[in-house]
Amino acid sequence: MSAVTIAKKIRLGLWLLLAPLFLWLALLIILPHFELLAFSLIDPDDQGFTFEFYLEFFQEPLYWRTFLRTAVMSILATVLTLVIAFPVAFYIAKMLRGRSKGIVFAMCLIPFWVSELVRTFGWMILLRESGVISNFLQWSGLASGPVELLYTDATIMLGLVYTSMLFMVVPLVSTLDSLDDSYIEAGYDLGGSNWDVMREIIIPHAVPGIVSGCIIVFMLSLGNYLTPVLLGGKDSLWFTEQIYTQFITRFNWEQGSAFGLLLLLLSSLIVWAGLKATGQSFTKTMG
Amino acid sequence: MIPSIKQSKLFNRLYISYLVWFFVFLAAPLIVVSVFAFNDSLFPSFPWQGGTLDWFFSDSGKKIGIFHDSELLGSIGLSIMIAFMATFFAVLVACSTAFLFERSDFPGKSLLYVLMLLPLVIPGVLLGVSILVFSSEIANYFEDYWMIDLEFLRPGITLVVVGQFAFITTISTLIIAARLRKFDRTLEEAALNLGASPFVAVLTITIPYLKPAIIGAAIVCFLMSFENFNTTFMLVGSDAPLTVAMFERLREGSTPVLNAISVLLMLGSGLLAIINISLQKKQQ
Repeated sequence: MSAVTIAKKIRLGLWLLLAPLFLWLALLIILPHFELLAFSLIDPDDQGFTFEFYLEFFQEPLYWRTFLRTAVMSILATVLTLVIAFPVAFYIAKMLRGRSKGIVFAMCLIPFWVSELVRTFGWMILLRESGVISNFLQWSGLASGPVELLYTDATIMLGLVYTSMLFMVVPLVSTLDSLDDSYIEAGYDLGGSNWDVMREIIIPHAVPGIVSGCIIVFMLSLGNYLTPVLLGGKDSLWFTEQIYTQFITRFNWEQGSAFGLLLLLLSSLIVWAGLKATGQSFTKTMG
Repeated sequence: MIPSIKQSKLFNRLYISYLVWFFVFLAAPLIVVSVFAFNDSLFPSFPWQGGTLDWFFSDSGKKIGIFHDSELLGSIGLSIMIAFMATFFAVLVACSTAFLFERSDFPGKSLLYVLMLLPLVIPGVLLGVSILVFSSEIANYFEDYWMIDLEFLRPGITLVVVGQFAFITTISTLIIAARLRKFDRTLEEAALNLGASPFVAVLTITIPYLKPAIIGAAIVCFLMSFENFNTTFMLVGSDAPLTVAMFERLREGSTPVLNAISVLLMLGSGLLAIINISLQKKQQ
């Protein structure tokens, strides 16, 4: 084979590998989102350009309040997940060795192989009026009648934190794993307290894990549908629910598209801000 | 806070009890779901009426067990079929994409890589509706101008497969690319020196090396597809896959048949998880 035919073959191979990727991204990711954009900006009656669907969002308090509420609760869920997961991840990465480490880590992972629906169903059985916790409270005399623990914001928060836990624990464990014990020891040798070592050595080292965990958890909470709907009931007011209502129930695709893009804008903005604030790159954090 | 640094007894005790509570928190919902699958009552709640296997095997009366509930069984079959199709295409495209990103250089590669990662940060609901809008527009166009009814572009099984494929491909690409990165290319060159064509070299040397990652990616994809709700919910037609069918029943108020099916799901995904973990151990 001459050099030219080899070069030609390589080019052909490149195109063959590029084609499926290209079709996938163009047809399923990029074009559909442009279509969404077009839908949200074009008046269905006269095909003219319009901002009315975005204006509708700002004029109707229910819409923008739901939007803000979803964003704030997702941020809160992310922070809570981080605070709860950090000590666990630290213990797995730094305190355990060998077999026990593998087992405890697997114990963290296995619940998340089970469908989110099953996990949420479990919380419903625990928390509802006729549920396990309500029964326990009555049996122990702490409550005189049935206690309804479902359908509150705290329940939604609990469900969100539970559902996203894994996506925080895994990146935290992998960054903390790479921190050499001798740095921590050096911190103590130099007279640092637990708090000093935590603040000056451990947390700075864990930043990449914290960022990627937070981004994933935030995205999952923001885009969650099952948990708010099942645990929050009719008044859960989650923005994905609004999108679903516009698209499927009301068949108002223009309004739904505008909502969808606003959600995408919000999530991109917060992800971007998170990466910017901590000097991380998107590719490294996700890949 | 590491083993070589001594902490007070109180600190250690508090730390351990925190971890114990954490695992109780993780396990609690799964345990109650399983326990109530065996309660001889019409509702998955107290009082405990004694143990029974009716919610699995009963075929008559008020209690229809999961193995005789044709609606739920049908939705399981449908979910399995969808998961197989989505996984097959996702792994196929992921292999080619992994080779592309690990082996070749071309202008715009890093931009394309970022685009490839995007499905991970697009909320599933949004991925679903955007594909719904796009495919409906194409279907409308064909119907209006060519009088062709493209049924597969309307909500239904095909769109569900397509929607799931759109994001699980990213995940399997990352898994396969990570393994390909560790591959020692001299092995391939040896095959080429011994007279193999590049295609044969990849097929006989590289692909077998990638096999654990490909199987691992397939398992993860299968589960993600089987358990997916957000994207699926936006794209379903009249036939409901398992997650959608379960969701509808949960909203109506549930019987322990849902607990029984949850137990089966846990067993299934637990098995897949163990296979996957042991595969990863072999890779190291």
